[in-house]
Amino acid sequence: MNPLSFTLIVFGISYLAGLLGSLVGVGGGIVVVPALTLLMGVGIQKAIAASIISVIATSSGAAATYVKERVANMRLGMLLEIATVIGALSGALLAEVVSARSLFLIFAIVLGYTAVSMLRPKGYGVSAKPDALADRLNLHGSFFDRSLGREVAYRVSRTKLGLAVSYVAGVASGLLGIGGGILKVPVMNLAMGMPIKACTATSNFMIGVTAATSAAVYFMRGEVLPFVAAPVAIGVLLGARTGARLMSSLKNNLIRIIFVAVLAVSCVQMLLKGLL
Amino acid sequence: MNERNEEHGFKTEEAISTLLKVGVNTSLVLIAAGTLLSFLNKGGYEAGAPAVAKLTTSAGAFPRTVHWLAAGIVHGNGQALIILGLLLLIMTPVLRVALSILGFALERDRAFVVITTVVLLLLLISFWLGKGA
Repeated sequence: MNPLSFTLIVFGISYLAGLLGSLVGVGGGIVVVPALTLLMGVGIQKAIAASIISVIATSSGAAATYVKERVANMRLGMLLEIATVIGALSGALLAEVVSARSLFLIFAIVLGYTAVSMLRPKGYGVSAKPDALADRLNLHGSFFDRSLGREVAYRVSRTKLGLAVSYVAGVASGLLGIGGGILKVPVMNLAMGMPIKACTATSNFMIGVTAATSAAVYFMRGEVLPFVAAPVAIGVLLGARTGARLMSSLKNNLIRIIFVAVLAVSCVQMLLKGLL
Repeated sequence: MNERNEEHGFKTEEAISTLLKVGVNTSLVLIAAGTLLSFLNKGGYEAGAPAVAKLTTSAGAFPRTVHWLAAGIVHGNGQALIILGLLLLIMTPVLRVALSILGFALERDRAFVVITTVVLLLLLISFWLGKGA
């Protein structure tokens, strides 16, 4: 294979990953890592490093819009970032001592979990339980929901649970090069009582900082290879931008099924790679 | 951050949004330009499978000193340009956190100035810890 064909193929895969990911509401990393390792023969640590870079690009791009429209709860996001950053730091440092084989297995488990959770119908927020910490730090929020045409106000509860899950999401992000929204969004929505739009926006807002933490570790360690990271970063970001534009005009269910199928196949292959 | 923002004429949300947009777009342009340059100047991107094998493993890694980066950019080295873009991309969220500290300070929200500063310190520590590893 030539450097040129490698760059073009990786760009194409990353573009598709970003496109599909944004259409179903997850980042591209979950598809990019299996594709780079299984199809392109890139080492798993190098693939994770390239993926985490693309995660910064997509989440920062999306957050720019969410912050301006005030859908992202910045106060809650900043608080939970303490937990995700510590998690990302532990995950990225851990990745150095964990064997490639175990990384494949852990990644397969997260892929499986993601596939299953995407098949379940999305829940609606439970009633808010009083939370002294959320009151003291004034974490409650409101935003203008365009599809409803009115302001939506909500109260945040179970902040401590949110901190704990954010830590785990951070570890997953640092260890596997993914954003970790798949863990945070359900907790914010189902346990903390936030509307789903505020959940995904706040999660995206946090992911840039989480990913920057582990990216810094991978970068200083020399795992970020410009040759691999460049087409991945550009491809995923452009794909995500196309996805955001197509979002409203496409049938979500078909895309969801295709995406789950891609996840399931990758899951089995990563599993085999870890076991054999 | 809330309506109190407008009192001092500094809109934290808008500033953060602009910073993120400019940071991401600038770094992508640098990365794309660097890739193009690498192919044009054959800076390690020569045709053939051995080049790919070298570029996708650490064997092809090079010293990552500030000096190397500066010299590389001056000489139009494509990979140096990509590295600069990647660094800017990694720094974008860091700058965003720094900007939020300013926003919270203007609001005199002491608790959040502390929380945000802790996040910033942790981010800076991660660069240092990565280097040590």
